[in-house]
Amino acid sequence: MKPPPFRYHDPDSVEEAIGLLGRLENARLLAGGQSLMPMLNMRFVLPDHLIDLARVEALRGVRLEADRARIGAMTVQRDLERDAALAERLPLVAEALRWVGHRQTRNRGTLGGSLCHLDPAAELPAVCAVLDAVVRVRGPGGERQLAFADFPLGYMTPAIEPDEMLVGVELPLWPRGHGHGFAEFARRHGDYAIALAAVQLALDASGRIARAAVAIGGVGPAPVRVQAAERALLGEAPTDAVLAAAAAACREVEAMDDVQVPGTYRRQLAGVMARRALADAVARASAQGT
Amino acid sequence: MTPRIDITLNVNGSDHDIRVEPRRTLADALRQDCGLTGTNVGCEHGVCGACTVLLDGEPVRSCLMFAVQAQGRRLRTVEGLANAEGLHPLQQAFTDHHALQCGYCTPGFLMLAAGTLERHPDIDDESLREVLSSNLCRCTGYQNILRAVRAVRDSRRLAREDAR
Repeated sequence: MKPPPFRYHDPDSVEEAIGLLGRLENARLLAGGQSLMPMLNMRFVLPDHLIDLARVEALRGVRLEADRARIGAMTVQRDLERDAALAERLPLVAEALRWVGHRQTRNRGTLGGSLCHLDPAAELPAVCAVLDAVVRVRGPGGERQLAFADFPLGYMTPAIEPDEMLVGVELPLWPRGHGHGFAEFARRHGDYAIALAAVQLALDASGRIARAAVAIGGVGPAPVRVQAAERALLGEAPTDAVLAAAAAACREVEAMDDVQVPGTYRRQLAGVMARRALADAVARASAQGT
Repeated sequence: MTPRIDITLNVNGSDHDIRVEPRRTLADALRQDCGLTGTNVGCEHGVCGACTVLLDGEPVRSCLMFAVQAQGRRLRTVEGLANAEGLHPLQQAFTDHHALQCGYCTPGFLMLAAGTLERHPDIDDESLREVLSSNLCRCTGYQNILRAVRAVRDSRRLAREDAR
């Protein structure tokens, strides 16, 4: 299992990378390589050119602004996991990252690489879905932004044209005191999820749910927001019955069969993971006050 | 065959000037171009962790990066653990605790443990389990591997406390 031959390019700017992408036939971008390299080694992909983004410094880093975190597409997952300022404002990100592969792969893997690979069972796309991330994509005509909700076009298919590249992600911040929850079921830690749930909740002064976001990953072809679950939570006190109703709504998402498990089992697990993530989010939101 | 590229790999403090195809993985370059065959190659798709090396002090899977990407970085492999005075404490602990049987996974586990303990000298048992779970051992030696790494962590902690 050796990678096929390709020509290697290592631009140091986004402009240069986009120029190469437009000029070269059958070129692929290489981010952290933790998904692409196995695919190359197994020869699932056979590019004539590989454009390595490792030297594009402008694509790295986390910047916290008043209402959002701006994260470069090539920010390494381990750096994201260790970012104290981000962990304080959006603790969900670091919690979910613990489930992303292993420490060795997180030392190489990037946020942008994970989003563009868009494995249905990956954690970071689900995090972007639940946080209403805005995705920044650049091509020869300039930059465009799109809501993460519009990013997955289908199974492992991001809304990026062949001559475009993901350059960054913006995560809108939640109010201080919000609660987060992340639950995942996989056969071994570090394996792809069979089902996962990511939850964000904010309570009002009377302890009722003022804002709710619930996403399920690993179940259908791409992570989804479960609006029926969010509707069941909004305006309610976070009682067991209310959380159970929201979790029940998560069992209705589209599910895939595969060699591991049937879709019906995934849907069942989606409900269980949602229930656990909701309970954590409520406990954290209550504990911190509003 | 694509054009070969001249690169310099800094491994265990020594420079290796090598000429490789861009598709050459770091694992293969270490073994075949630098002659450092201590790093073992297992699955070649990032699942088993046998090829773990340290890249600027951080554990990475050397089958999941290209040699050309390691130019200018500091690499450490299992060959760099022992010195003139003898085995590295982790190597000694693996021996003492019977943490290896066939030994194939051992270089990867050693580098994973070395990198982890250097960065997190006080890592707790649960986190250590999580870290070590990323590598595969088919001789079912996990408990002994865990014991060996915990022993080094604890003896270093005692040494630090004694020094105070």
